[in-house]
Amino acid sequence: MRFEGTENFVATDDLKVAVNAAVALQRPLLIKGEPGTGKTVLAQEIATALGKPLISWHIKSTTKAQQGLYEYDAVSRLRDSQLGDARVHDIANYIIRGKLWEAFEADNAPVLLIDEIDKADIEFPNDLLLELDRMEFYVYETRQTVKARQRPVIVITSNNEKELPDAFLRRCFFHYIKFPDRETMQRIVDVHYPGINGLLLREALTAFFDLRDIPGLKKRPSTSEFLDWLKLLLAEDIGPELLREKSAAKLIPPLHGALLKNEQDVHLFERLAFLNRRGA
Amino acid sequence: MFLAFFLALRAAGVKTSLREFLLLQEAMQAGLAEYDVDHFYYLARATLVKDERALDKFDRVFAECFRGALQPKQNPLSKVDVKQLPEEWLRKLAEKNLTEEEKAEIEALGGFEKLMETLRQRLEEQKSRHQGGSKWIGTAGTSPFGAEGYNPEGVRIGQEGSRNRSAVKIWDQRNFKNLAGDVELGTRNMKVALRRLRRFAREGAAEELDLAGTITSTARNAGYLDLKMVPERHNAVKILLLLDIGGSMDDHITLSEQLFSAAGSEFKHLKHLYFHNCPYETLWKDARMRRADAISTQDVLNTYDHTWKLIFVGDAAMSPYELTQPGGAVSSWNVHTGQSWLTRLIAHYPKAVWLNPMAEKQWNYTQTIKMIRDMMEDRMYALTLEGLDAAMRSLMH
Repeated sequence: MRFEGTENFVATDDLKVAVNAAVALQRPLLIKGEPGTGKTVLAQEIATALGKPLISWHIKSTTKAQQGLYEYDAVSRLRDSQLGDARVHDIANYIIRGKLWEAFEADNAPVLLIDEIDKADIEFPNDLLLELDRMEFYVYETRQTVKARQRPVIVITSNNEKELPDAFLRRCFFHYIKFPDRETMQRIVDVHYPGINGLLLREALTAFFDLRDIPGLKKRPSTSEFLDWLKLLLAEDIGPELLREKSAAKLIPPLHGALLKNEQDVHLFERLAFLNRRGA
Repeated sequence: MFLAFFLALRAAGVKTSLREFLLLQEAMQAGLAEYDVDHFYYLARATLVKDERALDKFDRVFAECFRGALQPKQNPLSKVDVKQLPEEWLRKLAEKNLTEEEKAEIEALGGFEKLMETLRQRLEEQKSRHQGGSKWIGTAGTSPFGAEGYNPEGVRIGQEGSRNRSAVKIWDQRNFKNLAGDVELGTRNMKVALRRLRRFAREGAAEELDLAGTITSTARNAGYLDLKMVPERHNAVKILLLLDIGGSMDDHITLSEQLFSAAGSEFKHLKHLYFHNCPYETLWKDARMRRADAISTQDVLNTYDHTWKLIFVGDAAMSPYELTQPGGAVSSWNVHTGQSWLTRLIAHYPKAVWLNPMAEKQWNYTQTIKMIRDMMEDRMYALTLEGLDAAMRSLMH
């Protein structure tokens, strides 16, 4: 069972090797890269390609490692005890399974996505070391050990907001998704919008890569933003001629709101357009 | 071979461990690389490198290890006893690199045998690495032998052409060059580096209701309410930032601005003050350095105790007099030397670093940089991601 990309996802060779290594050797795969390069989508596509269910665990700044294993719902037990419910005598009724437990217990080894692990507290990855390594953990309240029936395929994404501890990194395969070059981008667009007007795509790609090359942009537009922009162009029925117009007043591409996401960048762009107009 | 590669990686500063090396062996055994050099490269990269800043280093080491013959430093001819070179090998080498037309040309020049004979003679005569020129075997010359030459009847020795071109190119492209740690950085990267300084602590009076704790202990208490309180959680690190402004610092103003904005959003206790070239008896709260914004350095020392961490940002480039002579300051008359003020500051704050926006290799050309660096006991770091990281580590120790 090998991952070769799917009809919805263009995988480069290096990405395929990394994914297959992680699947074959049952180690977690850590994915980093610019925002919008398809880190999260990758896990869904791996699941589709390998015919496995996907379990996503989205990490927030308040997420604790323990929540991925299980939680002891003390509040409902308190309520039940005051209502005299018989359930209260079995503590197991109040153990809520986390995503990791779910993944461990599944019949068909799933793909487990731990999304944006860097959002959590600095200690978060360390708290999961043993669990990811041995794929088992111990539930103190019920004195039972939960062990993975089959080791799930674990995909972890990070946006680099925090550095991950070395001990954690040692246990993973690592892949950095770099920004796609023009040809890869073309393949990506072909996958998403088959049969798009070739001329329009060429002009749009040129405009997009020109935009990315402007020095001093605070946030350079990403693949997903480019795809959104293309969708808008198609919806608004904007022709390639309009994109090609290089006259000074038209330096800003139409519907630039999909590409430029902060006012400083738009401002910078307008200034450049203004200078251009004066120069012309 | 792989072990040498592994050791070379470590020598180049790629933090990779035995565990990862064994994992690579395991992956090879599982047949993941499939005897394809590209795949091996990808696999080794995914296994051994865990930090995109190290990817460029990895590419370089990979190129060096698996392309040894092409590396000028390790000319294979210097290691091989040339007299032992079998003719078979020479022939193969030539055949691999010559097109049909070229072979025909060789025939015209007296045949393959003669060319090989000459090559062998030359190899014997040659003692050292050679570049350019028109006779010896080396690189970039016009002799018929050697690499990257212009002679159409030349024989290539050790050049990319003898290997799978596309494979060599992948790591030669050095796609990850701009991710290397020594490049300049934006505020986001700076923030990541500064986060090293975070030390969350619950300090002071217990004034926040610990809801989870209260519920837990109440539940465990069989339903009898048991209130728990905790102090508020915050970053306990205190930073005193002294920024050099004006003069030679004008070139680095964006970088300083970025650092400042990154630090400003990262620390709750951050105090920043300005100086010009070197701190003397007065510091300023505002970059315009007006009299109203002045604050005496002695007051600063009294106000902020030794638990604050001191970060200087400046190029430390000035005339030596500004550092060593009373009255040497450019902006005002100073009774005590800049050196003495610096010493006082450094002595008062045991945790202090100096961040220098100038490139590290230029430091040796300026006398005062060396002097200040000595005073800082080498705690001067370049204002790059790597430097910032090292500086924060030093502050944390």
